[in-house]
Amino acid sequence: MNIVVLVKQVPDLAEEFEVNSDGTELDEDCLSWVLNEFDDHALEEALHLKEETGGSVTVLAPGFEGVEDVLFTCLAKGASKVVKVGDFDVSPDSHSIAAVMAKALGEIAHDVVLTGVQSVADLDGQVGPLLGANLGIPHVSVVTHVSINSAAKTATINQEYAGGVLGEFEVSLPAVLGIQAARELPRYAPVSRVRQLMKTETIDEVACDVGMGGGLVVKKMSPPEVVGHAEMIEGDEDEVSEKIVAILGDAGLINK
Amino acid sequence: MSNDIFVLIEHRDGKVSENAYELLGKARSLAAAAGGSVTALVLGQGVGNMASSLGAANKVLAVEGDSVAQFTPTGYVNALTPIVETGNPLLTLVPNTAVGIDVAAGLSAALKLPLASYAIGIEIADGLPSIVCQTLGGKINTEVGFTVGRGIVAVNGGAFAADDGRIEGQPLVETLSASGDAAGVVFKRFIEPESGDVDITKEDILISVGRGIEEKDNIELAEELAEAMGGAVCASRPVVDAGWLPKSRQVGKSGQTVKPKLYVAVGISGAPEHLEGMRDAELVIAINSDASAPIFGAAHYGVVGDLFDILPALTEKIGEAG
Ligand SMILES: Cc1cc2nc3c(=O)[nH]c(=O)nc-3n(C[C@H](O)[C@H](O)[C@H](O)COP(=O)(O)OP(=O)(O)OC[C@H]3O[C@@H](n4cnc5c(N)ncnc54)[C@H](O)[C@@H]3O)c2cc1C
Ligand SMILES: Nc1ncnc2c1ncn2[C@@H]1O[C@H](COP(=O)(O)O)[C@@H](O)[C@H]1O
Repeated sequence: MNIVVLVKQVPDLAEEFEVNSDGTELDEDCLSWVLNEFDDHALEEALHLKEETGGSVTVLAPGFEGVEDVLFTCLAKGASKVVKVGDFDVSPDSHSIAAVMAKALGEIAHDVVLTGVQSVADLDGQVGPLLGANLGIPHVSVVTHVSINSAAKTATINQEYAGGVLGEFEVSLPAVLGIQAARELPRYAPVSRVRQLMKTETIDEVACDVGMGGGLVVKKMSPPEVVGHAEMIEGDEDEVSEKIVAILGDAGLINK
Repeated sequence: MSNDIFVLIEHRDGKVSENAYELLGKARSLAAAAGGSVTALVLGQGVGNMASSLGAANKVLAVEGDSVAQFTPTGYVNALTPIVETGNPLLTLVPNTAVGIDVAAGLSAALKLPLASYAIGIEIADGLPSIVCQTLGGKINTEVGFTVGRGIVAVNGGAFAADDGRIEGQPLVETLSASGDAAGVVFKRFIEPESGDVDITKEDILISVGRGIEEKDNIELAEELAEAMGGAVCASRPVVDAGWLPKSRQVGKSGQTVKPKLYVAVGISGAPEHLEGMRDAELVIAINSDASAPIFGAAHYGVVGDLFDILPALTEKIGEAG
């Protein structure tokens, strides 16, 4: 079973964001990049599937600042092979990345492609279903369970809906699956192991053009006006707690 | 080419989903602004009888056939592609849900139409749509337009008022048979979630913990506060995915929708998918160490601070008051 995982770096949400002077891009200087958490789940699920089916896990990421660290971390977690696709100055839009990855997958064997369900940085739709469409293979999003039948070349998967209701589907392979949650929490890769692999392993490269773009024009970026609409309670923990008790008392939620 | 607004109606067990009304209500005002009409797209078997609950639409297109009897991404995309191509509406509104994610992108790819996702605002000025998308976990809103002036929009849950779309009536129903097939995806069954020890949708007071709680043992801090107040503990998705609390305690898009009298959000950033499940709580108090956390936009009162200091102090003060 040739399992492929797409990974993406996204701006760390713990940071404060600033928009540049023309109001259409984030100020790069305030950004720190982290692996999209759902991609970590996709990789984790892929590693379990590899153990079950005796296949290989190939991780693809676009060439972007910091991509080497991400890819060596994936190797340290157990990926069989890592591939850097193209070279990008800015994080590409979803339509472009789907086109670029579809092209790259023309030369990389794939029975199942796992992506994260979504990332906090996409605007023009999720890459997974766009990639599925580009490759002409099925795609299912919001997947919380995967089991592969290698002989039949099918996967039985669960898609999650509101309230935790699941839909069970049988999908013929190859297919693209957007992973919401792996069966176990993503494993941790010791930094020492990552460092060691940086000396002994190499990253494959596939050249690619930047895609066509997603057809969106960004007019304005700004923090939402509602932020800060909460009335802020100031003070140390005791003062804050007393004030909350008073608020709850006034609301009739506790006895004053 | 038309100035119509198409709306994909999500439904299950013969019942129209709440998000369909949110989209229909918005579609009405957009159609009025654009000088077009609203078409509701309902896919399934025997779906025409849902039309009476879709009075907000001018027309209901009932798309029937085996390939769409149950939702599959491929079945829906293949059936919808020729319909959207022929109708060529100004906008096709799709809910940004497990159903809509695949359909929106599938249509975008098949028809080479642009797609704006995570929409929380849509306006039309001079015939051109402008969409506000919620990005970066709710920290930045991005306003976009379409290069070709029309496209597909995946709309976040709760972005628009459902009441505006909940209109009884008898719109014109046109029935079509679904084209294409479900190409490699077979629906098997629905699996209902296990019911939990506590029904959080029935609790008046909820203490909700997020990833800021750091580890399972710390949930006790929230349990103690809940106990002092006579409430229950619930959580955001990462806490449940980590196995620290059962799925039945999850609040949000893929968990429960709660409307308690009091919701105390502790160490929860306030991602759009979380807010979807608690935005109608009567009183929301948020405790978070990040002053720019979006949860403060959804809360009535906020405390910027360390939950490990505040929770024990609050539990103690409530004990003294009670
Ligand atoms: C299809 C889909 C469905 C989803 N469904 C749901 C759902 O049903 N429910 C849900 O919750 N999420 C859901 N999510 C996930 C959602 O996108 C977010 O990832 C999630 O809500 C984040 O949870 P969190 O706020 O606990 O964690 P984080 O976003 O990591 O936030 C943790 C917060 O804790 C704060 N913090 C850290 N330490 C402290 C401290 N000591 N004191 C005080 N504050 C502290 C941080 O400042 C931060 O704001 C879904 C996602 C997708 C894609
Ligand atoms: N630039 C990218 N490079 C590689 N994979 C990506 C990229 N963008 C998105 N993906 C994949 O698609 C998933 C959904 O991301 P997004 O389309 O940004 O919501 C991610 O979790 C990745 O698996």
